[in-house]
Amino acid sequence: MADIAEMIAGLPGVTSIAWARDELIANADRDSVVALMTTLRDDPRFLFEQMMEMAGVDWPERADRFEIVYCLLSVTHNHRIRVSINTNETTPVPSIHGIWPVATWWEREAFDLFGIGFSGQPDLRRILTDYGFEGHPLRKDFPLTGYVEVRYDDARKQVVYEPVKLVQDFRNFDFLSPWEAMTTLPGDEKSRKDGAA
Amino acid sequence: MNDAPVTKQIQIDSHSINFGPQHPAAHGVLRLILEMDGEVVERADPHIGLLHRGTEKLIEYKTYIQAVPYFDRLDYVSPMTQEHAFALATEKLLGIEVPERAKWIRTLFSEITRVLNHLLNVTTYGLDVGAITPALWGFEEREKLMEFHEAASGARLHANYFRPGGVAKDLPAGLEDQIGAWAHSFGKFVDDLETLLTGNRIWKQRTVDIGIFSAEQALAWGFSGPCLRASGVAWDLRRSQPYEMYDQLDFKVPVGRNGDCYDRYLMRIAEMRESVSMIQQCLAKMKPGPVKVQDNKISPPSRANVKRSMEALIHHFKLYTEGYHVPAGATYTVVEAPKGEFGVYLVADGTNRPYRCKIRATGFAHLQAIEAMAKRHMLADAVAIIGSLDIVFGEIDR
Repeated sequence: MADIAEMIAGLPGVTSIAWARDELIANADRDSVVALMTTLRDDPRFLFEQMMEMAGVDWPERADRFEIVYCLLSVTHNHRIRVSINTNETTPVPSIHGIWPVATWWEREAFDLFGIGFSGQPDLRRILTDYGFEGHPLRKDFPLTGYVEVRYDDARKQVVYEPVKLVQDFRNFDFLSPWEAMTTLPGDEKSRKDGAA
Repeated sequence: MNDAPVTKQIQIDSHSINFGPQHPAAHGVLRLILEMDGEVVERADPHIGLLHRGTEKLIEYKTYIQAVPYFDRLDYVSPMTQEHAFALATEKLLGIEVPERAKWIRTLFSEITRVLNHLLNVTTYGLDVGAITPALWGFEEREKLMEFHEAASGARLHANYFRPGGVAKDLPAGLEDQIGAWAHSFGKFVDDLETLLTGNRIWKQRTVDIGIFSAEQALAWGFSGPCLRASGVAWDLRRSQPYEMYDQLDFKVPVGRNGDCYDRYLMRIAEMRESVSMIQQCLAKMKPGPVKVQDNKISPPSRANVKRSMEALIHHFKLYTEGYHVPAGATYTVVEAPKGEFGVYLVADGTNRPYRCKIRATGFAHLQAIEAMAKRHMLADAVAIIGSLDIVFGEIDR
């Protein structure tokens, strides 16, 4: 299993590769993702026939704030890999629906919930949120309560959208006590043998 | 030779219909826009999301313990296997190993859940194509299984039983004997159920050679579980990437040949029989012992202890307010849920809440293929295809 990491590390577009908790994780270049995925699917050494999952992650503090993680599975060799690429709000990612048709809905989901664009995807519509929804709810700067709420208006005999009114303020408990969260106590760094802070 | 644009007039008689979201055969809130040519489906465009509750966003605001009940509410037909994926993912990040009895209980209830799920799918699938009796029989049998759920966890459906670090509590006295007695009689029930469907002329007319999906197609469309095996791919996570105690159980993986609706039905019947055999093996191999990790930083102390020991009281309080901190890292952990591969991509940032919890819903990939499967089929066949894919909107819409 160790040498598959070396083989994948040599592919064009792969920037780094590592094992963590028995899972193989490769970081790749955004623009070469289509060629890389085609190789991973078709090369007899890898044969990742299935794309099982695609997850977006929002890291607002990074320059390229969105991470896209593709989880691939080979039923022939019984191995998995996660390929991770980065992008931002304005740069679209090449679509891989031509390699695995199942990617379409996951790309639509990432577009809907994060606002990530996919170039070459002919069917980039919203998928999970309401018709006419605005915003991208899984971004970290989108509030949990959202912006609009719906109710049935008996006078107008229809469902109406209104701005969210909370009877009680949204409560966000900070349970992170400084004693638990601190892994090195002040002064402790001096007791370490290498003397590093 | 002529550069003038050729205009051709074609008469088309196509109309689109709304299948659902209030349709008994839509298995929930599926809105399927069907473009029809007469009674033949030309294009199927599923509109999903009508049951979207923002589970993934909500989990980011909850501690790891509080996140578990959300998983019951995804695929509400097989609640415990979803909790299982989240519990395994959290345990992997925490780097803990659950005790042996907890593993056996989880394996046992995963298989009970599988029977629970397949009973519902096979019988309502029968209902969709006009067979009413299987549903009447199957739901009686499901009720017995939900009583086992209730005896173990306190709830018939939303169990919240598999928790990171083990299971919520040990099985009550006598439950193992009751499950054993049920498992002994269930084989006869599957035989009876099969007499209603497997050789039934109408059933076969409605399902054989309908919605054929080849192995290549099934792989490309991200199929897993019974739907993938029906297409002839011998792939079962319990066999190929065993978790819990599956490597110590003796079971067969049924594989289909044609990939049609009938094969997908046969897979589920065969899996129910295998599950019952696995349940009996679990009961025979289980030994008394602890059912959660003996670390009160992760699993709560016993109620009796909380009344007596100050230390236990503090642990209890800290665990149910702050929860535990999970070391930073990410994992994609999967289980073989009754519908197929159910996975959780969990990103931890070292705090007491998941940074991101992406749920791989099995039906999300299956439902997407409906366009490819139902094309050029009759409208009534689309109903059979939806039934055979085992779709539950709780997990697809999340």
